[in-house]
Amino acid sequence: MIFDYETLKFIWWLLVGVLLAGFAIMDGMDMGVGALLPFLGKNDAERRVIINTVGPHWDGNQVWFITAGGAIFAAWPAVYAASFSGFYFAMLLVLFALFLRPVGFDYRSKLDDPRWRNTWDWGLLVGSAVPALVFGVAFGNLLQGVPFHYDDIMRPWYTGGFFGLLNPFALLTGVVSLSMIVLHGATFLQLRTEPVIADRARQAAGLAALVFIAAFALAGIWLAFGIDGYEIVSDRPHGALPVPVGKEVVVAAGAWLENYSRHPVTLLAPLTAFGGAALALLFSRAGRPGWAFFSSALVQIGTIFTAGVSMFPFIMPSSTHPGHSLTMWDATSSHLTLNVMFIAAVIFVPIIIAYTSWNFWKMWRVVTVKEIEEQTHLAY
Amino acid sequence: MLDPDFVELSRWQFALTALYHFIFVPLTLGLTWILVIMESVYVMTGKQVYKDMVKFWGKLFGINFALGVTTGLTMEFEFGTNWAYYSHYVGDVFGAPLAIEGLMAFFLESTFVGMFFLGWERLSRRQHLIVTFLTALGTNLSALWILVANGWMQNPVGAEFNLETMRMEMTSFAELFFNPVAQVKFIHTVSAGYVAGSMFVAGISAYYLLKRRDLGFARRSMAVALGFGLASVCSVIVLGDESGYEAGEVQKMKLASIEAEWNTEEPPAAFTLVGIPDRDAMETHGAVKIPYVLGLIAKRAIDEEVPGIKDLMKENEARIRSGMVAYRAMTAIRGGRGTEQDRALFDMYKKDLGYALLLKRYTDKVVDASDEQIRMAAKDTVPDVGPLFWTFRAMVASGFAMLFLFVVGFVMMARRRIEKHRWLLRGFLYGIPLPWIAIETGWFVAEYGRQPWAIGEVLPTFLATSSLTKTDLIISISGFVAFYTVLAIIEFYLMFKFARLGPSALHSGRYHFEKAAGGAPTLADAPAAARKD
Repeated sequence: MIFDYETLKFIWWLLVGVLLAGFAIMDGMDMGVGALLPFLGKNDAERRVIINTVGPHWDGNQVWFITAGGAIFAAWPAVYAASFSGFYFAMLLVLFALFLRPVGFDYRSKLDDPRWRNTWDWGLLVGSAVPALVFGVAFGNLLQGVPFHYDDIMRPWYTGGFFGLLNPFALLTGVVSLSMIVLHGATFLQLRTEPVIADRARQAAGLAALVFIAAFALAGIWLAFGIDGYEIVSDRPHGALPVPVGKEVVVAAGAWLENYSRHPVTLLAPLTAFGGAALALLFSRAGRPGWAFFSSALVQIGTIFTAGVSMFPFIMPSSTHPGHSLTMWDATSSHLTLNVMFIAAVIFVPIIIAYTSWNFWKMWRVVTVKEIEEQTHLAY
Repeated sequence: MLDPDFVELSRWQFALTALYHFIFVPLTLGLTWILVIMESVYVMTGKQVYKDMVKFWGKLFGINFALGVTTGLTMEFEFGTNWAYYSHYVGDVFGAPLAIEGLMAFFLESTFVGMFFLGWERLSRRQHLIVTFLTALGTNLSALWILVANGWMQNPVGAEFNLETMRMEMTSFAELFFNPVAQVKFIHTVSAGYVAGSMFVAGISAYYLLKRRDLGFARRSMAVALGFGLASVCSVIVLGDESGYEAGEVQKMKLASIEAEWNTEEPPAAFTLVGIPDRDAMETHGAVKIPYVLGLIAKRAIDEEVPGIKDLMKENEARIRSGMVAYRAMTAIRGGRGTEQDRALFDMYKKDLGYALLLKRYTDKVVDASDEQIRMAAKDTVPDVGPLFWTFRAMVASGFAMLFLFVVGFVMMARRRIEKHRWLLRGFLYGIPLPWIAIETGWFVAEYGRQPWAIGEVLPTFLATSSLTKTDLIISISGFVAFYTVLAIIEFYLMFKFARLGPSALHSGRYHFEKAAGGAPTLADAPAAARKD
């Protein structure tokens, strides 16, 4: 094996972060576009323009989500098991919302009927906005701790309900994720549409950036003063076999900010998120969509790593049995599996990035109403 | 202990969503290669009709593909949402092929499928062909990794139970990948998909030939489908037989149940063609048997025994008892009371630990199980023979029916007489459901025949669930049924609409509905016209 177990566990924490950031940057782009669709497109032709900006990309983008999920299954099976089953109805809500995307994109323009098309437009809105919102809500709940524990055969038991997930702090983090993805979609649309739609996208980007900055700042303050964090008091060695029970964990106010004072360099994560949002706002106003899009990609990376760094090494703290909390040291796969998956990721991620770039390069253009009219039977 | 009704509901939900997903996947697997063949001919000859074929069948492919993607999302979620203990217990092994599927295959397929649909104007001929090819390659690689994962559920090689982490862990990735069950399953399953794609194209082309419209288009499509279908149906049958051989090696109980072979018979074992299996009496009424055949399928020999259900049950009872020894040792070691002897006992019997877990259905205290409970657990190792017996026969019968259609169709096509035999064209048209009957029953045989195990001889299905309630499951199943019904109605509506319309759907002005009407027909007129004749 290339790396010892402890190092590999840390690499996988980074890799999951990278995959989640990849998901937010890639799929966030078309989810943002979908969430804005009925508002920025005032008639059928405009809506088709908006849909076709992501037409050749949304399906590949969505695989970032699938792969992030698959990687969590393979690298952190305990997290996959406990979180997906614990957040049962929240996950089903995401799933049912996501159902509307493939069929929405593909079937919407196959029939001429305005009611049919309008229904799918709202379906695409739901399919894009609901997952973005719920992911934020899920992170909000992770930060507060989740009521679950293990029994003697290591079976996870979740003891909370569904509506408890919709608490004020979690809804606030939901606003954070929704606004960050709307911002991303809005900067993308500025790049790929003509002035009428691009102007509306510019306004939307400005609004989303302001909402994001406010919500992100508020969540940070709340985290510092209103939410108890978790801290490990005694643990097995980091390189030991992963057993998520039997460590000693305390709940303490302000513990989620400990990492920032211990390693000030980690402040880069929240600063990137704030700075990216401010720059996306300014570049949008200045009519520099390329830079605006790049800045909003930074927002995605900064926000995801802010959540990760705040909780490090925790992934899913248990509010009822803090000693059963899942961390990136003790919820992982075996050394061999992490190694195999690391090799697979090192080989395939660059290949994926290469052909995805080719896809964007070949399909890159400003989508116009004229183009849609000319290719009315070919385009989405 | 978990509520048995809740376990049943969890199984129903998984079965419904998996069977539904498996309506769309095989067509994707087959159609992508058919599109590659058609487009290759187009690139080589430059004939417009082949480009039209790719575009038209590509349209139908797209309608199907959207639902394949949609319902595939469910499968990824469901291991975590509904089979949490499964995910926890075997995620170390099972998660890896799923994640690699995403990295190697699903990205490929999904990135290029968008360019396939929308890239006609922006790519050169060759580039577009490469895009189509990579889409096909992606879908097929995807099937490979999924079946590596599934093959491991049937035959869990390359993994070992870890006492400290209380779960299965990977010991050899190569063994996992080269699992003979997985390899055979992969070829069998993708070939079945190719047959589905071929029947689909052949059946719809036969419809145009019966209606005597767009003949050039339909004949060429038919020819591609017949050639590809004939090769694929042979591959399915040969590899299906190979699956039987593998089952005879590693899943003896599944094979015995499919064959309703209650007693170990003197070699050479006979194959029961039909009969009425009786689970309680453990015998098959009115059995019609063919001598030698089972021995040949399962052992490739006529002088070897194929063990029967009753004997296998006895073996399993012994394995439950030795599993209890391992379980007792495990409890001692995990409780910090373990001695050297406990470790030795555990290592000796840990391969039977899964059998001891079967007792958890009857008692939480596995080590104190009564003889009666052990006997009941041993009986649980026999899958329900009746449904397996019949679904297997339905699968094989559909397979041979299609073999007949493709052989006769291919010969008639080669002799240019297929259009004279309207019965044959009707056979293809009304035979379109055949591959789906074979595929869905085949799925049932493979997965229902695996019961009572989620992971063969390692993890019982009833333990593998999440910690949810019956109410949770009733709500989620209702949601799935409602959502999937609506999606199915929409999909079928669009599929029938565009299949009836035929290549006129391309609006090129070259095909039936646009020429026949004389003037300038609209899209809305065409399906009505199609329904009239």
